[in-house]
Amino acid sequence: MGFFSRIKEGLKKTRTGIMGRMDGLFARNMFDDQFYEELEEILISADIGVETTLELVENLRQKVKETKAKEGDQVVTLLKELILDIIGTEIYGLAEVEEKPAVILVLGVNGVGKTTTIGKLAARYQREKKKVILAAGDTFRAAACEQLEIWADRAGCEMIKHQGGADPSAVLFDAISAAKARGVDAVLCDTAGRLHNKTNLMNELKKVHRVVEKAMPGAPHEVLLVLDATTGQNALAQAKVFNEAAPLTGVVLTKLDGTAKGGIVIAVARALKVPVKFIGVGEKSDDLQPFDPREYVDGLFTQD
Amino acid sequence: MVFENLSNKLQETLRKLKGKGKLTEKDVDAALREVRLALLEADVNFKVVKDFVAKVKERCLGKEVLESLTPGQQVIKIVNDELTRLMGESVAKLNQASSPPTIVMMVGLQGSGKTTSSAKLAHLLKKKNHTPLLVAADIYRPAAIKQLQVLGEQLDVPVFQMGEQDPASTAKAALELAKKNRHDYLIIDTAGRLHIDEELMNELGRMEKAVSPHEILLVVDAMTGQDAVNVAQSFRDKLGLTGVVLTKLDGDTRGGAALSVRAVTGCPVKFAGLGENTDAFEPFHPDRMSSRILGMGDVLTLIEKAQSSFDQKQAQEMERKLRTQQFTLDDFLEQLQQIKKMGPLNQIMEMMPGMGGLGKKLKGMSVDEQQFVRVEAIIKSMTKKERQEPVIINSSRRKRIAAGSGTKVQDVNNLLKQFDMMQKMMKQLGKMEKGKFKGKGKFPFM
Repeated sequence: MGFFSRIKEGLKKTRTGIMGRMDGLFARNMFDDQFYEELEEILISADIGVETTLELVENLRQKVKETKAKEGDQVVTLLKELILDIIGTEIYGLAEVEEKPAVILVLGVNGVGKTTTIGKLAARYQREKKKVILAAGDTFRAAACEQLEIWADRAGCEMIKHQGGADPSAVLFDAISAAKARGVDAVLCDTAGRLHNKTNLMNELKKVHRVVEKAMPGAPHEVLLVLDATTGQNALAQAKVFNEAAPLTGVVLTKLDGTAKGGIVIAVARALKVPVKFIGVGEKSDDLQPFDPREYVDGLFTQD
Repeated sequence: MVFENLSNKLQETLRKLKGKGKLTEKDVDAALREVRLALLEADVNFKVVKDFVAKVKERCLGKEVLESLTPGQQVIKIVNDELTRLMGESVAKLNQASSPPTIVMMVGLQGSGKTTSSAKLAHLLKKKNHTPLLVAADIYRPAAIKQLQVLGEQLDVPVFQMGEQDPASTAKAALELAKKNRHDYLIIDTAGRLHIDEELMNELGRMEKAVSPHEILLVVDAMTGQDAVNVAQSFRDKLGLTGVVLTKLDGDTRGGAALSVRAVTGCPVKFAGLGENTDAFEPFHPDRMSSRILGMGDVLTLIEKAQSSFDQKQAQEMERKLRTQQFTLDDFLEQLQQIKKMGPLNQIMEMMPGMGGLGKKLKGMSVDEQQFVRVEAIIKSMTKKERQEPVIINSSRRKRIAAGSGTKVQDVNNLLKQFDMMQKMMKQLGKMEKGKFKGKGKFPFM
């Protein structure tokens, strides 16, 4: 299966989920209060959130008035543009750095798929004929290290680990040192899942970030927050607090192969201006794709 | 305000109603609009919200409210009633097998916390003198079996596994072993799967057939959004779900998924996961959850927490010392440590009635935990004699203590001043009659 069809595969459910209803709604060509109310419901059911939804709907009303749009198609285009205004249109790839290695820090709450994302990223680097080292920074959860090790074997790359319960900062420091010595292209740093309201764990993360900065000037080059597409409004709180502890450069949206729509990334982009860089659409190592905002939004609004 | 929680929102809306002598339909609509938005922001599924609001409105417009003297309070009561009714009213216990073992199967999406919850449940049962056997039937995720084994080792609970063989036969073999070794509970950890993955959903069906579990618990992440409904529906259609485990409730999510899942499956939430440690797992109290949503505080959980973390004997000893004014810095330190055992301070505060409304101020509470650490360090830097008789701490001793604890002399001064004030307070309390002092005296800090 090609990359594009894979995204489509992932997004198809998004489409048939909300947008089956959406098509019907726009096809009516009636843009009255009833229409906007139903649109509101549809957007909220995609986890876009009350505040962002209300703003989107209000702006759409304005736009429809200004442009005197009467056809369903026109209104859909207006809505798409409004969403793209928020999430941007750029497509991102793997981090490029002048001086090797690129240090990539992967963060998130428990169970969103950090380790899996790292495994898939490693496979991606490998496919591009680049050398990576994985750093087993989750020293807390039982068997997290073994899980990462299996991914490292699959991608055929090296992994740096300490014993369970070790200081994650030390693991990452060692990994970065090793990466510099061996001239690899990137270090992918796993971290333990942590809920953002646990002050001590967020402080630990700040320390991790500081130590990485010390280990290599300019690092981390990429700080990716992994968000689970099934998560609701709490993802916004997660993004805000993680961003304070370690300024984010991007979001990875995982589990988009289910029925969840992942609309919360629109709210996150609106609040923090942090772009979505990758999406996870399955359990295989090549199921991590660059996020294409246009395709995402198109996917939301076109019929199959 | 995105970060205000549901209880704050509802409280604010309903406060506006409280003062009113008479309500019009318009007032009710305005209040219910806020209720609707608050519930939606809390991730309750929009269909569930719709039904809920319609029901509340119907009752609000009935005679009992419009003709009541305090309609505002009536509306609050109705919202609370309906919320509680939706959540379920009492604690739902685990089903029991008529002849052991009781078989519990844990199912759910990836990353919802099945493995951790399985271990936590085993721990809970073991504490009650049961003999659970854990079964590792997640053959897909790398190192999932290993994870359960490590947890089992920590808890001293045996873990059965047959590597990557068919999970249904693993479960069957585990059941045989449980019967043979007289385990009274069998807890099967299954692989995380998407509810639309037909092949894997069928696999669960086969496992259900193979061992006929007494409990099939759907493990749901409390942070789940609108999709919770789809997930719950698919699992309910495929399996004979008997209950729900709500995980990661120790986060700051508003947990609307709990309402959605309950409404869709009709199954009670039986357990709540509240932290990273294996003992952070409790029977779920639906009535407390809804009163917490409404900002009425969760006093019962707080009391239970206090009871389990405070050693009864120690508390009595402390009480005696307080009364006879022999309270030293050592005792002070001991008390600090006991309070710390109860969990993060902000979590404790959230459970206290009236504190819910202080949400914003509580954001600063984490600073206070730092304070705890500092106070501990200062006291630990004192000699035994100094702890018994703080009076002897002169300025050179203060300097030494500050240096030893990595604090400033001012911090040491502050602590001594506070301790002095506390002792004075104790003296006054000591003069009060014994009877009055009992009960509350166990936790002078609270």
